[in-house]
Formats: sequence, C-alpha cells, structure tokens
Amino acid sequence: MAHIPSELLYAKSHEWVKFLSDDTALVGITDFAQASLGDIVFVNLPEAGAEVVAGEVATDVESVKAVADIVSPVSGTVSRANAELEGAPEAINERPYDAWIFEVSGITGREELLDAAQYGKFCAEEEA
Amino acid sequence: MKLLFEKSVPGRALSILPPLDVPEAPVPENLLRAEKPRLPEISENDLSRHYAALERRAFGVCDGFYPLGSCTMKYNPKVNEQMAALDGFARAHPLQGEQYAQGCLEVLFRAEQILKEVTGMDAVTFQPAAGAHGELLGLLLINAYHRDRGDTKRKKVLVPDSAHGTNPASATMAGLEVISIPSTASGRVDLEALKRAAGEDTAGLMLTNPNTLGIFDENIQEITRIVHDAGGLCYYDGANLNAILGVARPGDMGFDVVHLNLHKTFSTPHGGGGPGSGPVGVKAILKDFLPRDQVAKTDDMFRFFDPPKSVGRVKAFYGNFSVVVRALSYMLTLGAEGMREVAEGAVLNANYMLKKLVPAYEPAQPGLCMHEFVLTLEKLKAETGVSALDVAKAMVDRGMHAPTMYFPLIVHEALMVEPTETESRETLDEAAEAMLDILRLAREDPQKLHDAPVTTPVNRLDEVGAARNPVLRYQF
Repeated sequence: MAHIPSELLYAKSHEWVKFLSDDTALVGITDFAQASLGDIVFVNLPEAGAEVVAGEVATDVESVKAVADIVSPVSGTVSRANAELEGAPEAINERPYDAWIFEVSGITGREELLDAAQYGKFCAEEEA
Repeated sequence: MKLLFEKSVPGRALSILPPLDVPEAPVPENLLRAEKPRLPEISENDLSRHYAALERRAFGVCDGFYPLGSCTMKYNPKVNEQMAALDGFARAHPLQGEQYAQGCLEVLFRAEQILKEVTGMDAVTFQPAAGAHGELLGLLLINAYHRDRGDTKRKKVLVPDSAHGTNPASATMAGLEVISIPSTASGRVDLEALKRAAGEDTAGLMLTNPNTLGIFDENIQEITRIVHDAGGLCYYDGANLNAILGVARPGDMGFDVVHLNLHKTFSTPHGGGGPGSGPVGVKAILKDFLPRDQVAKTDDMFRFFDPPKSVGRVKAFYGNFSVVVRALSYMLTLGAEGMREVAEGAVLNANYMLKKLVPAYEPAQPGLCMHEFVLTLEKLKAETGVSALDVAKAMVDRGMHAPTMYFPLIVHEALMVEPTETESRETLDEAAEAMLDILRLAREDPQKLHDAPVTTPVNRLDEVGAARNPVLRYQF
C-alpha cells in the first residue's frame, strides 16, 4: 500500500501539494505515482517565473517506462524548482514527499483537492 | 566483446581503396584538418569477424518471431533486395542528371501512383527518411497551408492520448502546441472532448487508425468532419496502415495528409537503422507545398519539378531512394489483391493469437482486434510480482523478440503484440504456447522470470543507470 502522509493534499492526477502559506505551495508526485512510473530518470524542471494553471500540464518526468505529465494542482507562478532533482531524479522514488518538484507562489486558484483519506480511497479504486 | 577501438593496433590497415584513376583535386586549405583523425586501425579479417560476431548477437526478422507492436516487423522478401541491387539503381548518382536516370525517376513516379491509390491521396513525396520525419513534414505542410491563406492563429494540434509518442514530439518540432484528447473507455476518441478542443486555433489533428490499442475507430468520418468544420486539417499517422491496406483509405476517411512507413507496411528492412522511408501523401489542397523534386511524366520523359509553394527540401536529394525501389518491388509483386490479403492476413493472425492467449492473459480491450493487440499484465503483477518487462525478457529466452512494452501509455503493464501476416500458423501456435508457459511459471516460480533472459550474451541491462547517466561517447 502506498504511503500517504496525512498533512498533505492530493490531486487525482497523483500530485501532492504542501501549502507553506495561503498562497505558496510545494508540488511533487505521490508514492503511488512513483511506484507506477518505476525508476525516474529525468525531471523536467519548470523555469522560475512560469505561469501554471490548476488542472493543466506544468511539466513532466521521465521514467524508464514512459514520460508522464505533471499537472499543476494550483494556479500561480513558479517561484522556484528543486534543482537537486536534476542530478538525482531517483530522490522521487526514494523519498517522494521530500522530493518536491516546484514551488508555486501567488496562488490564485486550485483544483478540487483530496485529503489523505480520500486520496487513499481513490488510489484503491484505481488499483481495483 | 571488445570494441573496434580496443582491437586497434597502430600501423595495421585495410588496403581496400583502389588506385586513383581521375586527376587529383586539391582540397581547399581551409577545409583541411590540422591533424589526422584518430581512427581504429584493424585488418580486414578482424574487421569482418567483428561484424560477424555482432550479427550473431543481434536478432532480426530472419532469426525468429518478432511481434514488436506498432512496428510491423514483417518478413522482407529477398526479391526486393535483388531489385535494389541492380546496377542501374545501386550505382546511380544523385547528380547524374535526370536524362541519364530515367529508370530511377520512373521508380519514384510509379511508386507515387500506387501509393496515391492505396491512400486516396493526390500526390506523394519520398523525401522523408522515416515515419517521424514524415510527421514533421506533414505538419510543416499544414502550417504552410494555413499561412498561405493568411490564417496565422492556428497553433494547436489535437492528438489523442493513445497516439504514438512521435506525434506530440513532431508537433512540438513543427512549432505547434499539443492538445491531448482523451480516449473513451472503449479506446475511441472522445467526440465531445474533441468538439470542445477544436476551434479557430486548431491547426490540425493527428490520428492513427487503427489506433495503438489495435482498435479501428468507427467514428473516423465524424472525427475528421469536426476538425474540418473548425478549419483544421487532418493528419493520418500511417504506422498502422498494415491493418487496412487495400481495404480502407485514409483519403476516404477525410484525411488531408498521411505518412507511410515503407519499412513497416511495405516490407523494406527495418530495425538497426533501416534505413527507413516515410513518404508523405497529400490531398490536392496541399500539393503545391510539397518538397522539391517531385516527378512528372512529360512526352515520355520523366522530369523533376519543384511545386510552386514548396516548403523546400527536408532531406538531401530524393530521400532514401533504394528503399523506394524495394517497396515498389513489393507492391508490384503483391498487386492490388495481394495488398488486400496483407491486411486480411495481418488482422487474422493477430486475432488468432489473441484468441489463444485470452483469457489466460487479459486484453486491454475486449473483442476483436485489428493487426495488433494489447495485453495488460497489471493484475498479474499485483498477484505475482511478475511485470510486463519480466514476461518480455522471458520471451527472449524462448527465441522470440519481445513485444512492445509499456505502450500505449494509457494501458498499465502493457504488452503490445503485432504478429504480422508473414507468420505461419505453426509459428503463432508456438509463440502463444511459450507465452502461456511463461504465465504458468509466473505463478509457480516467479524468480525465474525476474532472472530472464539467461540465454542472451548479456542479461538484465542497467536501463535505469543508462538513462540517468548516459555515456554517449567513447574516448579513443
């Protein structure tokens, strides 16, 4: 069973969101997402300053199996990206909830996000 | 196995260059290198053994069953090679002048006539080197068409989520933005989503039919009508043409531009670099934009001409010409009826094998397939830990090439199997039996499958390491 920390919020497209304040949040992909993708070999980091829209593709990650889109769960401006992932994309496999991919500031809107319990249920249904 | 570079011994050489029999032409000073390039030095004997050893370690269609989905790895008839080896073709020089290369021009002309008929298009270019190159050209033609009409706001391409990965890549290369169109539960294009996405910014649609799930989308005329109504053009990815050859035509489905893969559908060598050939066919509205060097027949002479609004060249000279010779040989051998039999045989073979594998294996979609089918091993992996990768590697141990894995992306733990029409019933029986045997092993002794392949020169390769830290250059 995939690990789902209770303090985070989740999108149905398997990203997690950690709100640092009302209008700033970190975004990464969930344990479930990394497990289905397999070994991540490349993370396409968005540029600081890029506009992201909730529910739309913000960037992508590449695993041995496939390239997968990362959908931004919130609307706003990318304030920074996690440069550590550039040399160590495997951090997403090893510590998916520490390995944030980008930070969004000036958040103006968000997708309908799930809490841990709802997301756990959603994953169970996906697997069934 | 040692590399050629490692086998190199200073001073050892080949002496295969004939004596110079033309006046020596001086090379301009600015084009001369300052020092000699460092190249491996090796005898002809060692060189030929090196390549023979590589050949033994490779696996081609002549070695065994090669059900690599979406790649149409059919047998390449030897007569095609004989035709391409004829002196008039093999020794032709691209600059020798059209009056001295009438046979070569006729090959291009006749191949174009046949492919026009096969696809329902009005003109064909042979310039693109392979499929994705054809996609890029097709999109450049679509761009040129809109620009020519002063319609400059069309910057988006609609691509179903079941598409080949090359489609979005080609669209990006052509400066267009990709809008992904979801599939319905039955693997067809979601018409409502398509209607919502199509608009005045739509440059076009890229579609494969049958799609990568092996399903023929019956709504195809509705799909192309929606795009046309929005002012966009429709691009047919011909990767799966083998399923409908001589039966249905992209032109009749409403497509405006199509690429074909001569190295798939038309039996020219494939894999290991081919080289491929990705001719592009267009309806009359796009004819004027085609690349240079189209062939016309005038007064019993074949001549090259440049279309009036040509997008220019996309490859040197006339594309991979000798591949076109092989494809023409194949098409003339088959004739119209034979082409239809190709599609019928391909669809029959795929369904025969699917029927043998199901229900032991779970298909991604129920019912009949076209020329290929997709299995999902998601449940098997959850139950036994055996993945699509493990099964594919175990197939290699049983003398087959692995099927396409983890594609299409919308199917989890996918194996995509395309037997092609050139396999006998016995081969299909053996392959199906081997796959069922692997499934039994998955339940009894899964570790054996995690360890596969054991019969190959190398076993599990470090794919992750290769992708994370690619070493692309050998320091000699």
